[in-house]
Amino acid sequence: MTTTTYAGTPVVLDDEGFFADPDQWTEAMAPEIAKEHAIDELTDRHWKVLTFMRAEYAEKGTGPTVRVLGKASGVSVKELYQLFPKGPAKTAAKIAGIPKPKGCI
Amino acid sequence: MNRRIVILGSGTAGTLTANRLRRLYDRSEYEIVVVDQNDEHVYQPGLLFVPFGLAEPHALVRPRGRQLLDGIEYRRAEIDQVDLDADRVRFTDGDSLGYDVLVVATGAVLLPEETEGLVGPAWGKQVHTFYDLPGATALHRALEEFEGGRLVVNVADLPLKCPVAPLEFSFLADWYFQRRGIRDKVQLTYVTPLDSAFTKPVAAQALGGLLKEKGVELVTEFTLGSVEMDEVESGPGGGGRLVSYDGTEVPFDLAVVVPLHGGAPYVGRSEGLGDELNFVRVDQRTLQSKARPNVFALGDAAGLPASKAGSVAHFEGEVLVHNIGRHLAGEPLDGSYDGHTNCFIETGFHKALLIDFNYETEPLPGHYPAAVGLPLLKESRANHLGKLAFEWLYWHSLLPGRDLPGIGSAMPEHGKSRPADAAHPAA
Ligand SMILES: Cc1cc2nc3c(=O)[nH]c(=O)nc-3n(C[C@H](O)[C@H](O)[C@H](O)COP(=O)(O)OP(=O)(O)OC[C@H]3O[C@@H](n4cnc5c(N)ncnc54)[C@H](O)[C@@H]3O)c2cc1C
Repeated sequence: MTTTTYAGTPVVLDDEGFFADPDQWTEAMAPEIAKEHAIDELTDRHWKVLTFMRAEYAEKGTGPTVRVLGKASGVSVKELYQLFPKGPAKTAAKIAGIPKPKGCI
Repeated sequence: MNRRIVILGSGTAGTLTANRLRRLYDRSEYEIVVVDQNDEHVYQPGLLFVPFGLAEPHALVRPRGRQLLDGIEYRRAEIDQVDLDADRVRFTDGDSLGYDVLVVATGAVLLPEETEGLVGPAWGKQVHTFYDLPGATALHRALEEFEGGRLVVNVADLPLKCPVAPLEFSFLADWYFQRRGIRDKVQLTYVTPLDSAFTKPVAAQALGGLLKEKGVELVTEFTLGSVEMDEVESGPGGGGRLVSYDGTEVPFDLAVVVPLHGGAPYVGRSEGLGDELNFVRVDQRTLQSKARPNVFALGDAAGLPASKAGSVAHFEGEVLVHNIGRHLAGEPLDGSYDGHTNCFIETGFHKALLIDFNYETEPLPGHYPAAVGLPLLKESRANHLGKLAFEWLYWHSLLPGRDLPGIGSAMPEHGKSRPADAAHPAA
């Protein structure tokens, strides 16, 4: 666990850089986290994905996998990789302030 | 009038559930009807051995009806939809069947056509899967003809049935080519969307170590976007490339791909029953549908954070049948499935590993089921014999719905060594 500051507020991240407590996240933090992942500007399409991630987490207790994102968020897997080139499920989860998606086994 | 329990699917989960229920309830109390679209029950764990010539395809198949106890009605029909409001299953032939309690056990389907280029002229030639009987049989021929080159094993995405089977395939491929004396001519690569060889850290380390030991290259965080074949003079057909969504490429001469899995398509056509991938939304402990109290699901069909494995269907079956009893008696459900899973992992050279885990506890070293027993996360001959013995147990004990001595639904705690850092896995 480490503590970092986004939008002037300290937040706790786990060892892999995911939010330990999603309640600490605010929308104002997202652009700052995005920049750390080389995403300079969050477009409406990015926000569509981030909003979906938050909603899924609230309902299911874990973020969606890339495939579920592609099926249910209204953004295709191809476009997801354009929006979040280093892997949508993990990068979007970090920017949306939710823990690492568990992914079923 | 009789009340009716309808079970959709007569694979591992549906068959063992029907038999357990039939033993428990008299025919005069409940009519039990099992529905399936075909009559051939395939012993799926045996599919792993077919490509290597270690199992005969026809020996893995038995008629479905004969696995069901007397007094169970078997109906061959293709399910088109479940109407949850009307408590009725509709079939593609236009017929329908009402139920008091419904158990969904229609498993998972392979969706190779969802990946660009996976099903093309090279399918069954340079690009294979061993996840169904025709695929495993075609791969057997391809392996026999393979004289060297790049063999790539790839998991397209999760969830998948028996998530260790592709690893087992890689281990057995190493053994197979050594036996044929051409191992030095074969480059083996294991390609996975995960960030390591397996989902949970302790097992990932052990299994990753085994890959290394056997000279299998590991490529991680690779989500299969498309399969592209190289053009040779006569058209496509030399080798090809697996291409991930982020543009990474893995070249191959022979590819063994585990395609995307989804629930049965009719689940998607049944308002309220399934999730995005057509798996049935159920409570992970009670196995009751989130949409209706008289609907349950188990096995591969259930959308749970547990493995899709026959052992899971077995452990779930025990809990499910108990909960159906509570529901029928109008009592609150108290049976709770803990996510218990165990899998033998064949590693070649007459050895195998065993892993045992549940929702909370990752696979750990130690012994199963107690301090004296089969070694966990460690290669041994005893585990290999256990894997082979499982086929007999499957037909004669698991499918008939008998309890296996000493092997209950709840995951045993005794016998597991808990290293300090694994004692409290991050939730
Ligand atoms: C290569 C391989 C290796 C494996 N190894 C192991 C192992 O070592 N150990 C282990 O525990 N598990 C293993 N498994 C997994 C195991 O076989 C499955 O998890 C298990 O069979 C699941 O049982 P099920 O009843 O849920 O689904 P299934 O057994 O697949 O049964 C589903 C049934 O539903 C029927 N159905 C589907 N749709 C319809 C419809 N619309 N209308 C009518 N009928 C329909 C199908 O015909 C089928 O009979 C392996 C699987 C594979 C592929």
